[in-house]
Amino acid sequence: MTALTVRGLTKFFGGIRATDGLDLDVDSGDIHAIIGPNGAGKTTLINQLSGELNPTAGVIRLDDVDVTHVPIHRRVHLGIARSYQITSVFLGFTALENVMLAAQGQRGKTFSFWQPVARDAPLVERARSLLARVGLDDAVHTPVSAMAHGARRQLELAMTLALQPKVMLLDEPMAGMSRHESESMVTLLKSLKGVCSIVLVEHDMDAVFALADRITVVVYGRSIATGTPKSIRNDPSVRAAYLGDEEEPA
Amino acid sequence: MARYTAGTVAAAALILLLALAPVIASLAEQPFYVTLLSRMMIFALAAVGLNLILGYGGMVSFGHALYIGVGAYAVGILNFYGIDNGYAHIAAALVCGTVIATLVGAVCLRASGIGFIMITLAFAQMFYFLAISFKQLGGDDGYGLTSRSDFKLFDLSDNTVLYYVIFFVLLLVLLAFSRLVEAPFGVALRGCKENERRMRAMGFATWRIKLTAYVLSALVCVLAGVLLANLTRFVSPSYMNWTTSGDILLMIVLGGLGTLIGPVFGAVAWLALEEILSSFDLGLPGNADAFIRDHWAIVLGALVIAVALYLKDGLYGYLGGGRKAAS
Repeated sequence: MTALTVRGLTKFFGGIRATDGLDLDVDSGDIHAIIGPNGAGKTTLINQLSGELNPTAGVIRLDDVDVTHVPIHRRVHLGIARSYQITSVFLGFTALENVMLAAQGQRGKTFSFWQPVARDAPLVERARSLLARVGLDDAVHTPVSAMAHGARRQLELAMTLALQPKVMLLDEPMAGMSRHESESMVTLLKSLKGVCSIVLVEHDMDAVFALADRITVVVYGRSIATGTPKSIRNDPSVRAAYLGDEEEPA
Repeated sequence: MARYTAGTVAAAALILLLALAPVIASLAEQPFYVTLLSRMMIFALAAVGLNLILGYGGMVSFGHALYIGVGAYAVGILNFYGIDNGYAHIAAALVCGTVIATLVGAVCLRASGIGFIMITLAFAQMFYFLAISFKQLGGDDGYGLTSRSDFKLFDLSDNTVLYYVIFFVLLLVLLAFSRLVEAPFGVALRGCKENERRMRAMGFATWRIKLTAYVLSALVCVLAGVLLANLTRFVSPSYMNWTTSGDILLMIVLGGLGTLIGPVFGAVAWLALEEILSSFDLGLPGNADAFIRDHWAIVLGALVIAVALYLKDGLYGYLGGGRKAAS
């Protein structure tokens, strides 16, 4: 079953085609990696899928519902949630407060003016279990400003999970991570298989080939190949455009 | 967890002082201080109101004097037409305030940063000139009320009664806001201040959150306006001049942005300094006393600069009342 369907997605920035008639099918429960050289339009694609950018043309469907022009905050409630390439967490809040805020966003009922969120037991519990899930159980009350980069990336993932997405869009979750941190992130993402579909934009090829069920290669805003990791690795046009001929990807 | 930081003690001391001030003033036979402190609390109320969107929402409104004006003119206009009922005054002020703040806020919140500051200022100036054009209400000269608002249950014409009404309104607003900033709405508002883009990506309708906060903050200033008109028995366009908006902003910066009660300290300190400096008489050598009396704004300005440079969290933050110290 297809969770996310994209047809003929096109985005112009002035005269530049950042996305050029792109098609994409993300199957339910899959980790679908998007790879491509710098400037290929991967983040622009994520921005359109999440609703931050309005496409110039084309259609985005979530479970056969057309969401092409649904604003981002409503798209979250339909089941598309994203993380950011540049870690986007709330520095003035603790780890727990960050995840609670995300969980609150998912739940709604924000126009409540009297009961303190800190005494909202179900919300606190949910946030705690999400922090445990990403391995931040011992950093619950740490202010984010005192957390290391890797931990912040984990926190960002917990916040995205708190939105209970059907499709999660991860924009370079391993960016800036040490080898060790990337490896634990790969384990973590593997554990999410089946929880939701994941669209993964990532430069770390080890991570991509370890995780992805399918890979789409994007060059100049166009999808040049889609397939299993094995078929992508052996696709000559992909090797020419992106992976490099001389190097055998691990 | 009991948290008796220096800041909490200072806040409690200030509130206690305000609660007892009329008694002290009457013992000292200085009734003038009741009026001065009433004025301080009214501006404290306006500053607390503005600080909801400034300190917690990150929205710098340079036009909140507009809402003091709305409150004051609601009283003035009804008084002009012979309606003295205080409940009618408050109802009219809050209804007009809600309508105006919703419309003005909806336009202003299309912008952010400098754009937001300029549009709020522009709206306040529009209403300022509208008030000047109210010829029946004295235009530029303002209008003297024939009497204070009549609340039946208590008699506002007594300065002490009016004082305690202002005091309790201030306390109620502080209590309500202290709940609000920890409630889902307040947390979401703080989130919008820090990273609005991320808030939208987490499913928050940030525009509605910010507009609601803007209207709530405006309504507190409307109440301050109603009380100000009653205190001075006078309404004047100068209440909504941009300098008033600027004063409230400076009071907040002086007292400290990050806390609810900081602006109260700022307002009290600001008006106290204004009073002290403009009647300065310490027998300093040369003409220093007279110079300070005539140019008190220079000294006050230098103080604000010093606080802004050296006390990042304002006077109250310096006393240990910052968010970090309190948590």
